Amino acid sequence: MNAIILLAQRELKTYLNTAWGWTVMAGVLLVVGLLFNVFGLSERPRYSAEVLEDFFFYTSGTIIIAGLLLTMRLIAEERQTGTLVVLESAPISAAQVVAGKFLGAWGFLMCIVASTVYMPALIFINGKVSVAQMGVGYLGLALAGSAAISIGTFASAISRNQLLAAVLGGAMALLIVICWLLSGLTEAPLADILAYMAMWDKHFQPFMRGRLNTENVVYFGSLSFIFLLGATRALQARRWQ
Amino acid sequence: MIEVSHLSRFYGDHRAVDDVSFTIASNTIVGFLGLNGAGKTTTLKVIAGLLPPSAGTVRVDGEDLASAPESFRKRIGFLPETPPLYIEQTVREFLRFVGRLRGMSSSSVETRLPSVMSRCQLDGREDWVIGQLSHGYRKRVGIAQAIIHQPNLVILDEPISGLDPVQIVEMRKVIRGLAEECTVLLSSHILTEIEHTCDRVVVLQQGKMVFEGTADELRGRTHSSDSPSVRIVVRGDGEEARSVMASVDGVTEAVLIEEVAPLATIWITQSREVSEDLAAAILGAGMGLRRIEGKGDELEDVFVSLTRGAARSASSGGAA
Repeated sequence: MNAIILLAQRELKTYLNTAWGWTVMAGVLLVVGLLFNVFGLSERPRYSAEVLEDFFFYTSGTIIIAGLLLTMRLIAEERQTGTLVVLESAPISAAQVVAGKFLGAWGFLMCIVASTVYMPALIFINGKVSVAQMGVGYLGLALAGSAAISIGTFASAISRNQLLAAVLGGAMALLIVICWLLSGLTEAPLADILAYMAMWDKHFQPFMRGRLNTENVVYFGSLSFIFLLGATRALQARRWQ
Repeated sequence: MIEVSHLSRFYGDHRAVDDVSFTIASNTIVGFLGLNGAGKTTTLKVIAGLLPPSAGTVRVDGEDLASAPESFRKRIGFLPETPPLYIEQTVREFLRFVGRLRGMSSSSVETRLPSVMSRCQLDGREDWVIGQLSHGYRKRVGIAQAIIHQPNLVILDEPISGLDPVQIVEMRKVIRGLAEECTVLLSSHILTEIEHTCDRVVVLQQGKMVFEGTADELRGRTHSSDSPSVRIVVRGDGEEARSVMASVDGVTEAVLIEEVAPLATIWITQSREVSEDLAAAILGAGMGLRRIEGKGDELEDVFVSLTRGAARSASSGGAA
């Protein structure tokens, strides 16, 4: 456990001490801020719940992209610079390495998510916001961010360089997001399976509306676990090839 | 005590390490010597637990990697040829991180740090960002990370590569000092370096161990190497120079032993005095002749004669 915390702290410090972490954070705040200004603060009268739903809609996409951008360096960079030897020669398991790196990256992503809170809080000025909807929406963002970080960590573990990791991670995330489109083009039972797998359409939208459903929480938890397990296996395979 | 028993390692069908066995007593410095591709780095990585052996075992004080991987790794410190450093951290931060990662408590890392800094001659550089350090200091930080957790065995892969002469002398002192607290295994293809630094020498040829003993014992092999030899330093492509010299009548063998552009050093055995013919052939091929040394270093002759089989097959295969 100590090794996991140690690695998570190191990753978190790396994001805080390098331009990359701050660049991603600034990019997220800029994009979400602009979208909130355009869609959330429009002249047309709208229900507060609707404004909040829209906020979680575009913030989720931005957070998923940010998660992939943060994680592309996680393992691929260590492989490129040769520092992976420090971890491989230490008396720790591949699972501990992956868990530590995941927690560090996810922790920083949650700092980014937390920094967007002022936008839904602005709705309080002229509207009524359900704190529950806000809480459930942010839980959804945390879970979607966890899935994105896991997919990115896996992509980084199997890639030789960061660029390839970003492309692979993006492709995998896109595939999981557009499963609902693919389900429309296929027939049952494949269509049912693809519809269930659709990360955003099937499992994130309820969070936007403030509906907390165990099935969706389990889905995001399972998705994260599967990709982290894949990253662990990839690291183990490299250690023993 | 380090016991390596019938160690082999394959990459696909290629046998990189072939049935290597030796035992090293504690607090000894052992040098692994061999031409490029002889299997030095692979052997060191297997011993360090970074690669699994295809056959055989490595035991450090009775522990082996297969049965107790964590305990085994705690007993070993490893420095690859390029030091694995987080260049954005300071020396102190990096060593603290590595120490904690290898199971030390915060307080024991703090207690250990001053002696490691002193041992690696890093005093005064504790709060320098690693990215600002010279290559020589980075190597020392690399050694510091390998010994921070007080391992029983420290493995250094080509520790002097890329260092200038002053840094080499300082690095020798650092490595000699390490033997006071642990066993040291290092690799190099520079014979004089191994002779200056190591108590014992292991020579590898195509993954096989062809010699194990002291440098004096290695030198004793010179009696079996009775062909007169010369070393020739030329300006030009090493492989081309080697083939030009090999075609001179009277040359029984030509081995490219070092190539640092634009110069190449060729080791020649001859059946008669061929220096003038060699000079004519080199100049005729449009290359520059820098030096002909009548008799190579005794130890170098032995080393080349031990490993020439590997060099010959590498040359015939077109490899450097």
